Amino acid sequence: MDGLSDAEEASSDEKERSEGVGCVTRRDFLTGSALVGSVLATGSLLPGEARAVVPLAVPTPSVPARRVELLVNGKTHTLELEPRVTLLDALREHLQLTGTKKGCDLGQCGACTVLIDGRRVNACLTLAVMQQRRPIMTVEGLASGDTLHPMQQAFLSHDGFQCGYCTPGQIMSAVGLLKEPWGPEDAAVREGMAGNLCRCGAYPNIVAAVQSVRRRA
Amino acid sequence: MQPFDYVVATDVPAALEAMRSGARPVAGGTNLLDLMKLHVEVPTRLVDVNGLPLSQVEETPAGLRIGALVRNSDLAYDARVQERFPVLSEALLAGASPQLRNMATVGGNLMQRTRCSYFRDATQPCNKRLPGSGCSAIGGYTRMHAVLGTSDNCIASNPSDMAVALVALDARVLLQSAAGERAVPMTEFHRLPATRPEQDTVLRPGELIVAVEVPNRPFAAHSRYLKVRDRAAYAFALVSVAVALDLEGGRVREARIVLGGVGTKPWRCHEAEATLKAKPADEVRFKAAAAAALRGAKPHGENGFKIELAKRALVRALHLVAGEA
Repeated sequence: MDGLSDAEEASSDEKERSEGVGCVTRRDFLTGSALVGSVLATGSLLPGEARAVVPLAVPTPSVPARRVELLVNGKTHTLELEPRVTLLDALREHLQLTGTKKGCDLGQCGACTVLIDGRRVNACLTLAVMQQRRPIMTVEGLASGDTLHPMQQAFLSHDGFQCGYCTPGQIMSAVGLLKEPWGPEDAAVREGMAGNLCRCGAYPNIVAAVQSVRRRA
Repeated sequence: MQPFDYVVATDVPAALEAMRSGARPVAGGTNLLDLMKLHVEVPTRLVDVNGLPLSQVEETPAGLRIGALVRNSDLAYDARVQERFPVLSEALLAGASPQLRNMATVGGNLMQRTRCSYFRDATQPCNKRLPGSGCSAIGGYTRMHAVLGTSDNCIASNPSDMAVALVALDARVLLQSAAGERAVPMTEFHRLPATRPEQDTVLRPGELIVAVEVPNRPFAAHSRYLKVRDRAAYAFALVSVAVALDLEGGRVREARIVLGGVGTKPWRCHEAEATLKAKPADEVRFKAAAAAALRGAKPHGENGFKIELAKRALVRALHLVAGEA
């Protein structure tokens, strides 16, 4: 369950990727599964044979889609979803709410941040079926008509982005931060926004944007 | 993710019943779903336990009883925890990101896997993921791995910050099953990987964590958590230290010293605690305690620096607490 996903491990993960160890292609994955299948069938696992050891010889059930009710930005949507559909995929692929971004899909980057019951969470690490009838707010629900939310306006005014891919997550995270007990200093914002990565490095302007809203509040 | 069935339980008996038929409990989901996406965990059925009535922090004559479903952020900001058990609040706020802390629960934090990057990579041999397949970390890249409590089977460190603080506070984990309830001291909740490295904890099949009890102790309020990591936030500990001291007139009546990031489980240092008992709280004793704490530590490749780093972090944390008490 919880804890503390593995962005915390990112430094070692990144090293592995740079060494070409950590990536699994679909083809590798299928080959690995087939190998384990044959190993289990023959009952032999000699040293040196264990090149790919994916523990996938578990028969997986065929699970039909079921009715799932999501309350997003004040509107109830009824969908037919398999239990394995994440909230992030439900929003993007089934409700066409593509403002919420898929970055790492592993809780490390924060691009998928949404508010549930007013609290910021990673939409990629929860299942849609687990969030039924709870109020979900995405970046599409933030503005009032043509009037931007103060945090949206602050990101524009302070140029708090470059490519913009992380921006919806940054903004939703910053809106969540406003209701949490953080100190007034810039360092508190940097710590409080640690769950949102920006590959363009717009951090100084993001901090300025968040602070401008906090000072006004 | 592999397909899986999903059921909802709204009370403990229903959850236990679902678990008897093979369902894995899911609460925050932040570790389990992550590992399911990587095909490291492949449950065929989940039981959603978020509706169970286990979300309260209750005052008891002995201390606090923390429901298994209390979110990490709620517990960290609980005024009673901040005042009376500061090491727990600090450890929680040093863990993960704000988003994950809003999702992660106390029970789930305890059940997060002891893991390393090879455990997360389903193409690599790993005794924890596939028993008997070998350990890729030994002889691999080991900067994040453990130096205490390791075996030839596994050298992964337990990454929980919260668990380190709970050990320092003499906490107990309350478990419920069809057979009834039992309490396990935090010191005994996590297992060493000498045998069966795939078993991180002593939790038995069919048992559910329902609460954690944190007792009132004289040292609890004089406690701090110091975490050293590669970046300022949202990183696993290279080394962390939970220290609690009961001081009288500059002398240590009782101490709790627990290390994180260096052990295959949260690492309580009984010998270091004994070194301080009834002695003056000063630099000389603190250094002696640090030497005792890391006695027997065994480096693997790149992680040898953790031994000296842990000693220095421990001395600093002891000064922090002694200076405040």
